[in-house]
Amino acid sequence: MTTTATIIEAFGIKKIYKRGAERVAAIDGLSLKLKEGEFLSIIGPSGSGKTTLLNILGCLDNPTSGKLVVGGITVHDNGRGLSESQLTRIRRQLFGYIFQNFYLIPTLTVLENVLVPFTFFKKRGAEKDVMAILKNLGLDKRAGHLPRELSGGEMQRVAIARALVNHPSVLLADEPTGNLDSERSREIGQVLRQLNEKEGLTIVLVTHNPELALSARRIMTLKDGKIVEEQVQPKL
Amino acid sequence: MKNRQRLSLFQIAWKNLARKKTRSFLTVVGIALATWVLISLFGFNSGYKNSLDRDIDNLGFQMLVVAKGCPYEAATLMLKGGTGLKYMNEDVVKLITREPEVDSVTPMLMQVVFDPNKGQSGGLTAFLGIDPATFPRLKPGLSFKQGSWFTNPEAREVVMGYEAAELEQREVGDVYLIPEKEVELKVVGILNRSGTQDDGTIFLPLQTLQKIFGQEGQLTSVGIKVNKETNLPLFEEKMFKLPDVQVVSLTQVKTTIMTLVSTARILVLSIALIAILISIMGVINTVLMSVMERQKEIGILKAMGALASDVFKLVWLETSLLCLLGGMVGAGLAVLTSRLTEYLIRQLLPFSPSGGLISIDARLILISITAVVLLGLLSGIYPAFRAARMRPLEAIRSEEE
Repeated sequence: MTTTATIIEAFGIKKIYKRGAERVAAIDGLSLKLKEGEFLSIIGPSGSGKTTLLNILGCLDNPTSGKLVVGGITVHDNGRGLSESQLTRIRRQLFGYIFQNFYLIPTLTVLENVLVPFTFFKKRGAEKDVMAILKNLGLDKRAGHLPRELSGGEMQRVAIARALVNHPSVLLADEPTGNLDSERSREIGQVLRQLNEKEGLTIVLVTHNPELALSARRIMTLKDGKIVEEQVQPKL
Repeated sequence: MKNRQRLSLFQIAWKNLARKKTRSFLTVVGIALATWVLISLFGFNSGYKNSLDRDIDNLGFQMLVVAKGCPYEAATLMLKGGTGLKYMNEDVVKLITREPEVDSVTPMLMQVVFDPNKGQSGGLTAFLGIDPATFPRLKPGLSFKQGSWFTNPEAREVVMGYEAAELEQREVGDVYLIPEKEVELKVVGILNRSGTQDDGTIFLPLQTLQKIFGQEGQLTSVGIKVNKETNLPLFEEKMFKLPDVQVVSLTQVKTTIMTLVSTARILVLSIALIAILISIMGVINTVLMSVMERQKEIGILKAMGALASDVFKLVWLETSLLCLLGGMVGAGLAVLTSRLTEYLIRQLLPFSPSGGLISIDARLILISITAVVLLGLLSGIYPAFRAARMRPLEAIRSEEE
């Protein structure tokens, strides 16, 4: 029997925001484990803390309390966390991010946008796969185009390619289909599922879209910063 | 399509600047104008001084004795000839020659007449009476294009400077008529171009000029060449004791003229400094605006693994590129417009030497561009720091707030 390593562990994490005199818990004592190769969807109503949780898990934000271990490194432990540059080093090694607004650099071509992460950090051998990644995502013929010449679905696929070039251990996707029509959303869902199933990429997906959420095997529902439901779909 | 697998920080910075072309262009223009003024100013500073030095060296003597009068006029007379002429008796030559420090002297008489045929509405023509025995020895640099010096000290002959001959369309053997005096002279020599006031001068034997103008025994100036070991300030003091004359030394001439132009220089320098300050503010504004507009993008770069130092370098590189471009365009402008600038400066200055007034060399260009880039780097610190210290999540969320 093979055991799968845990890549992210959260123990009783809280994220408290101050709204005037009021203290609002966006995440309220949440614990979870994410194993390598898992595909987790986080769903829930607006304000339930989905994006906050994703940002904490992806080391973009610090929890107010609790413990977070990422890739075996304790990133945060009860109010004490790593410095910004240490977090950046963890982010560049472990994570790839995609967002609702694709945030492509408008003056760079598709290929150049995908190559941007290499300007700052390059995993050994990663550059060999850039064209293969573009091909897998159906972008090889669009490599020389500027973002304004692409459709929304293509732009999001470019953002996915950019997130993948450095071979991240975990892909974090925050409402990746929020700006796309249903057909393009299905397309992105398919891409994510393939990345998980064929390449074993660990994915955490935050979405409002129930159809997209079903791309994942594990689905977690959040409400008021707490996990209220969790289900695992049987393997197809 | 060429499969290029590298994207340098430089390429990202360059394409970022290309995003807002008009804004980047205007910032570059601002820097270019400041650089242009800066290079032209420093080019003028060294060019003017070099030309003045060359004019003074070409005089062939270190001191000029003139009749008592305005020192500025004396300085101008020494270098360019003047109109408010004052005379002294030629006996002064004997007094000067007696001094042991004197190597040689050359007496001169300048006369100016109005020539109605000169230019479109007439103009002044200056004649310099010189001693054929001493003047050529003191001016070994003068060479002839045609002919030679006068045949005797009382000959009715003229030697024309290069430009004077060109203007009058004269050649050796031609007849030259002095306006107002109706005296015919023969052109016996035409000088090669010397780049000094001699080019525009018409030389006559001293005695001939004195007779024609009825100024027998009178001089307007005496050039003095002293022995090499002479203490110039002490000798100057000695000369000051001579009656009714004043001494203009090279040092004095330089000081007097440089004082005259220094006021203009300070004014232009102040304008250049203000222009540079304004363009620096422009650079800060441009880069800061660009940083604020790209907060989300900077957040994404950080999320993708860019360290604070990477972001700092990127913004700093953008600033440097703007300044480098502005500096290079400004330097090009300064070189291309140097003749026009020189023409304008000549109209403004009380005295300008005959050579080039603006000297722009590679060293000046390099120093100026380096200075502009360094100033740009200084002005880029704040925007770069602002960008570098942004936290990724706050930056990504920034525009949504």
